[in-house]
Amino acid sequence: MVNLERRQALKTGGALGLWGLFLSLGLVPQGAQAEWNKPLFSAKTMNEALDGLGAILPASSEAIALTVPEIAENGAVVPVSVTSTLPDTTRIMVFVDKNPNVLAADFSFPAGTEGFVTTRVKMGQTAQVIVLVKADGKLYRAAREVKVTQGGCGG
Amino acid sequence: MKTSRMLLALTLAAPLSVFAADEDRSAEEIAKYREMISDGNPAELDEMRGEEVWKTPAGSNKATLEKCDLGKGPGVVKGAYAELPRYFPDTKRVQDLESRLLTCMTTLQGIPEADIVKAPFSTEKKKSDIEAVVAYVAGQSRGMKMAVSLKHPKAKEAYEIGKRIFYYRAGPYDFACATCHSENGRRIRLQDLPNLTTNIGAQRTYTVWPAYRVSQGLFRSFQWRLNDCFRQQRFPEPVYGSELTVALTMFLAANANDAKYDGPGLKR
Amino acid sequence: MGSPMKIRAAVKDGVTEVKVLMQHDMETGLRKDAAGAVIPAWFITELTAKHNGRVVLEAQFGTAVSKNPYLVFRFKGGAKGDKVTVSWKDNKDDSRSDEVEIAEKA
Repeated sequence: MVNLERRQALKTGGALGLWGLFLSLGLVPQGAQAEWNKPLFSAKTMNEALDGLGAILPASSEAIALTVPEIAENGAVVPVSVTSTLPDTTRIMVFVDKNPNVLAADFSFPAGTEGFVTTRVKMGQTAQVIVLVKADGKLYRAAREVKVTQGGCGG
Repeated sequence: MKTSRMLLALTLAAPLSVFAADEDRSAEEIAKYREMISDGNPAELDEMRGEEVWKTPAGSNKATLEKCDLGKGPGVVKGAYAELPRYFPDTKRVQDLESRLLTCMTTLQGIPEADIVKAPFSTEKKKSDIEAVVAYVAGQSRGMKMAVSLKHPKAKEAYEIGKRIFYYRAGPYDFACATCHSENGRRIRLQDLPNLTTNIGAQRTYTVWPAYRVSQGLFRSFQWRLNDCFRQQRFPEPVYGSELTVALTMFLAANANDAKYDGPGLKR
Repeated sequence: MGSPMKIRAAVKDGVTEVKVLMQHDMETGLRKDAAGAVIPAWFITELTAKHNGRVVLEAQFGTAVSKNPYLVFRFKGGAKGDKVTVSWKDNKDDSRSDEVEIAEKA
């Protein structure tokens, strides 16, 4: 999360950039309730994605359990499981920081649905799986590295 | 002299054991990865599709496969895979699931054998119907004990032929199946190679095939698996449903007897 | 119309767990075929799950969700025999909807 931590210093007190402006003008659809969120799914870096969300650097939270394998034998299928015990968890976003587009999936939970999801994502290389969780209107984060190995032959 | 040799041994042993620990840890993490992806096997989608294919009229006879006899009577699918290959009196030969399906598709449905044999395996562009049926039929033996009978002389003969094929060295690399699969603890890169000459090795391997191949995103039949082994040995590709692959399947299936069938599996 | 999904829904102690396996290529748009031509992106973009008609999950996918997507989620309530419906739509406007009854978890 080195890059993201750096972000804090750069962004604190600063403007949110063009994205923030778009956001404040209501030009960026928010949440999964809306149409497919093309701008957010097009973000090429975590910085772009966070700008798009109008966030500086969401606080890391112990209340988010992120389960990923330490080593993935095949980057085409990397299991990701997220459990948030933060009260009023309404959204879980799963990112892979080194993918061409960083956002993999965006889940919205109405009241009554647990802040939990398991899915599988593709990873082009060893990278951080970063999840952003929206709870009680605020964003939180958790991250873990997954090493992607090359498969052999046979099997 | 003695002391210095001991010291040498120690200095050599230290980095080696660190290396071994690293390898063990990787193997452990990969085992965890496999465990994590074992739930929600996409092979289940092929099983669903295979059941549809089984029940859908096809061929010049516009017939379904529902009267196909897989060895337990016409239409009996439950438990059939755990007893295959077996001797079939109607064709007077030993057949595995795939060669038997070939018989049913040609005789019941009237699909020309050549049409099936020319493209029996799924590709990215086109999924194979016969492979889907393999998924369905194999899935109907999940949890059952492997019980392949060698009582019929032809079955016993197929087993012996399969055994000979397993040990038969040939091709530009002078390879046999046994070259890779007759010792414990062998591996290619991160893949552990099962010792298929032991019951435990054959059981662990045979009972998770056919399988969904993660790296290809496709479901793969047992003959596909064998053909790929022959390809790696630089042998010519066996014809679909050939006597050779049936015999080799018989050798491996019978070696896996008494284990619980746990397929279709999920492979990296 | 897309290929059928495999959905399992089971209730235990007042919580229903839903497991969904979808059949979809989830093509990234970054791969090339044998002739060197780019294979166009083709992927599920939106998914909605309902319990007896009430939305219990909404999701949006990008191209990085694995081929044949798999999803597990849980919601409170749900009784044996209730209906869970899952629907998806992809970027080529193909869609699919399947329904299962909630079973009791052993």
